[in-house]
Amino acid sequence: MSALDDNDKEITKNAGSDGVATSSTEIDKKEQDNRSAGPIILFFVIGLFASLILGWIIFPKLLYSKKKQPIDFNHVLHMAEVDNGCESCHFFREDGTYSGVPKLEQCIDCHEEIQGESPDEIKFVEEYVSKGREVPWLIYSRQPDCVFFSHVAHVKVAGMDCVTCHGHIGESERLKIYEENRITGYSRDIWGKSIGGFKKNTWDRMKMDDCAECHRKNTANIERTGIKTPTNRLIDHLVDVVSPGTSISDKGSSVQTEKDACFVCHK
Amino acid sequence: MKIGRRSFLSFLLGGAAGTALSPLPWKMIDDSSIWTQMWPWTPVPEDGEASYVNSACTLCPGGCGITVRKIDNRAVKIEGMKGNPVNNGGLCILGLSGLQLLYGPTRVQTPLKRVGKRGQGRWEKISWKDALSEVAEILGDLREKGQSHTVGLISGSDRGTVHRLFERFLTAYGSPNLICTPSIIDSYEFTLHLMQGVQALPGFDFENADFILSFGSGIVDGWGSPVRMFRANSAWRDTGAKVIQIEPRLSNTAAKSDKWIPINPGTETALALGIAHVIIKESLYDAEFINNYSEGFEDWKRFVLGEYGPDSVATITRIDSTTIITLARSFGRASKPLAICGRGQGTTPGSLNECAAVHALNALVGNINKKGGIFAVAEPDYINWPEIEMDATAAAGMQKDRLDGAGSKKYPFSRYLMNRLPKAVNSGEKYPLKTLFVAGANPLYTMPDSRTVKKAFDKVPFVVSFSSYMDETAQNADLILPNHAYLERYEDIPTPAGMPKPVIGLSKPVVEPLFNTKHTGDVIISLAKALGGTIGNAFVWDSYDACLKETLGYKWQVMVEKGFWSYPDFFVQIHEESFDTVSGKFEFICKETGFMPQFKPVKIEGDKTNYPLLLIPYDSIRLANGVIGDPPFVMKSVDDTVLKGTDVFIELNPKTAREHGLREGQLAMLSTPVGQAKVKVHLFDGIMPGLVALPRGLGHTAYDEYLAGKGINFNELIGPVEDSVSGLDAAWGIRVKLAKA
Repeated sequence: MSALDDNDKEITKNAGSDGVATSSTEIDKKEQDNRSAGPIILFFVIGLFASLILGWIIFPKLLYSKKKQPIDFNHVLHMAEVDNGCESCHFFREDGTYSGVPKLEQCIDCHEEIQGESPDEIKFVEEYVSKGREVPWLIYSRQPDCVFFSHVAHVKVAGMDCVTCHGHIGESERLKIYEENRITGYSRDIWGKSIGGFKKNTWDRMKMDDCAECHRKNTANIERTGIKTPTNRLIDHLVDVVSPGTSISDKGSSVQTEKDACFVCHK
Repeated sequence: MKIGRRSFLSFLLGGAAGTALSPLPWKMIDDSSIWTQMWPWTPVPEDGEASYVNSACTLCPGGCGITVRKIDNRAVKIEGMKGNPVNNGGLCILGLSGLQLLYGPTRVQTPLKRVGKRGQGRWEKISWKDALSEVAEILGDLREKGQSHTVGLISGSDRGTVHRLFERFLTAYGSPNLICTPSIIDSYEFTLHLMQGVQALPGFDFENADFILSFGSGIVDGWGSPVRMFRANSAWRDTGAKVIQIEPRLSNTAAKSDKWIPINPGTETALALGIAHVIIKESLYDAEFINNYSEGFEDWKRFVLGEYGPDSVATITRIDSTTIITLARSFGRASKPLAICGRGQGTTPGSLNECAAVHALNALVGNINKKGGIFAVAEPDYINWPEIEMDATAAAGMQKDRLDGAGSKKYPFSRYLMNRLPKAVNSGEKYPLKTLFVAGANPLYTMPDSRTVKKAFDKVPFVVSFSSYMDETAQNADLILPNHAYLERYEDIPTPAGMPKPVIGLSKPVVEPLFNTKHTGDVIISLAKALGGTIGNAFVWDSYDACLKETLGYKWQVMVEKGFWSYPDFFVQIHEESFDTVSGKFEFICKETGFMPQFKPVKIEGDKTNYPLLLIPYDSIRLANGVIGDPPFVMKSVDDTVLKGTDVFIELNPKTAREHGLREGQLAMLSTPVGQAKVKVHLFDGIMPGLVALPRGLGHTAYDEYLAGKGINFNELIGPVEDSVSGLDAAWGIRVKLAKA
């Protein structure tokens, strides 16, 4: 930190000598000081901007590799054909587990043979359907393996909308480029498109803070009756984890994971 | 402009400030923490639809029901089936680890033909078509030359449709040489035949017994159907039933029993007869049963009273005479006493006298075919196939004597005598064995005197293995025709070991076959069709699955859903109808053969001067010692006083160790008349002085790196001893000498 101190001293000195009559030697010295102060500030600014550019623009480009989905799926086209919205293909199984991305089995009913002229459909039928291979879809919302998340608790119990977390994917005609984090191997959509972590919509990010944000907000609205629904209990835990001491609830175990504290959501 | 030190430092400073204001460090911290918590090389289980498949475990004769949890098409966990009459939700360590056998690296993935020397491990992949036509050609040639009887088949079980297909094939082909892996069940079947005149399996009503007298049976070490035994053992603690364990070593079973009585090994028969002596003398026997339903009691009584007084038995067994008397009284006075035998896991048949003497104890207290007693369980009679039409070659072949001598004049009542096979092959006295099939068995590992067995195998020109895994026998075969693994195939499992009621388990495919394997039943059917004629005609089914479905008939649907079939209408015959002997009663002295249980010491190998100590094996639930070897999970559970690195420990009483100048952990050379091995010494107060105990189930040369090359195979150190009545292997140990290595 001595370099910083030196700079400070010199800057102060310069400021102090402004408008004061000085001897020639002093003038020389001042000129010398001016000459050296300029580049120092310049270099500071260069360093500052270079690192800001690196951090905000270059770093995200380096961090994520871009991958194309195997098939460019058109959600709009399919949404027009089904009756039950997202759940027509992204359905819940009988035991309440969530099926996620459809398997070939669901597609095969309609796509046994090529129907249209879309090159993607031709590719889909030829490369996957007729060969019986599953499509290696890249999943934008795949959470790390240590995260336990129950769709049924959110969608069926709490009545949430798919859009709240996943955005308007159902209205897309093309699949966007999948950006994979080179370090973790997970999708960019978890952290969010904004490298700074800023968001406008609820579906922009999927980090733990984003879970907590919603859970904290809703906890305040829930009238406490003393009876703990599974969701209620889950919310209490989450709040307790994020801001310990704010929750008025007692600790109990999660209905789904049968665990406490962090382990309600984390394996 | 000169860039000085200050400018450079300023640049760095700006950089640091900018970096702190950019997301880079924070994002890197987050990402690296995610990375370190979820190493990319750690396998993550696939997500998918969970489902359960009910099946039956075939890794041991226990026949437990299993429920396999699947995620999409992958089996992820094996659980015990709830409500199954055998194991009701429980499962043993081997059964739990079964997925490692399914997905492990030891699977034989396609038919293999040997290219190098035998056992060299050089194989060539061949197609099923080529493999089958090669076998069919060899079998066809032998038959043409009138040598059909020179074909043998070693099978792991003597029950169920697969076994019956083997039998049918060999009969239609013309060979009497179908041989099954022996166990204590063989001795029990023999005993039931002699004393009760029935062809039946022994069933033990442990759940209702209240006094269990075990002659060395490893109740919690894997005897019978292991999980059922664990449950029964736990239930006894609640019901207050007593367990008396008689064996020379403090096994887990002995440690868990109410009383452990160490006995001079090999004298169990004498003890049983000594107990009988006291029971008879003190009139503690069930007079109603003895008087009405038994025969030959008076003669046998005279013999027992004369020969086996507590004092003479005490000398033989080295058990105090008062202990013998107390034991006999508590057995005789218990309301539901039950005596059982079969050392350890019961993998060796043992002496027939011993089995019969123990069975006679049950008869004395009248608990034959009675609640809490021993039942003669007839095999479920569901395999009703049409008679085989034999051509002249087949008839001629079937007329030939069996190589192992079972059913001969010497051993007229024995069905299979596998222990006699190696000798018969090596001597070549009768006729040579030209082709040998091995299915569901691993004789090169499980048969005593491995070296002689290996020699016999070397004499057989063509050996075919049906093994799903590269086991010792498969390694030394000429052709491997891999069966589907046990979670990939259908198979019926009639009445698991020791069940008092008939049950048929159905093992069924949990997953699609992973590799280019074929059900052995299908192979047999294809071979029969390839050979054609009467052989082909004997097999009317298109596939094994069709055969099984047709055989099980109306039971099929229930079995597919539940995984088993139990006989709700099963009832035990009344005593008047349950004995099929000459007298129609329970015979203490068999009228047909004159056999009566008496103590004739089994002559074990080795002389006392050269081999001063006695070597006995011991079994553990953590060491699979049959056709299947320990998978890695089970191997992990083996104590380091049993196996450390690749060294196996012998158990030695500290007194014996002192006499031999051996310390804990020291290396020693163990020599028996059959073989020798380097072992480490573990001092154990729970073993009688003068004895050496070695675990069974180690010393594999095949399977994976977790199992192969660790410890010593007990069978390399012991040879079989023929029982004079049954011809089965009666060896319980061997003499041994111990020297510092």
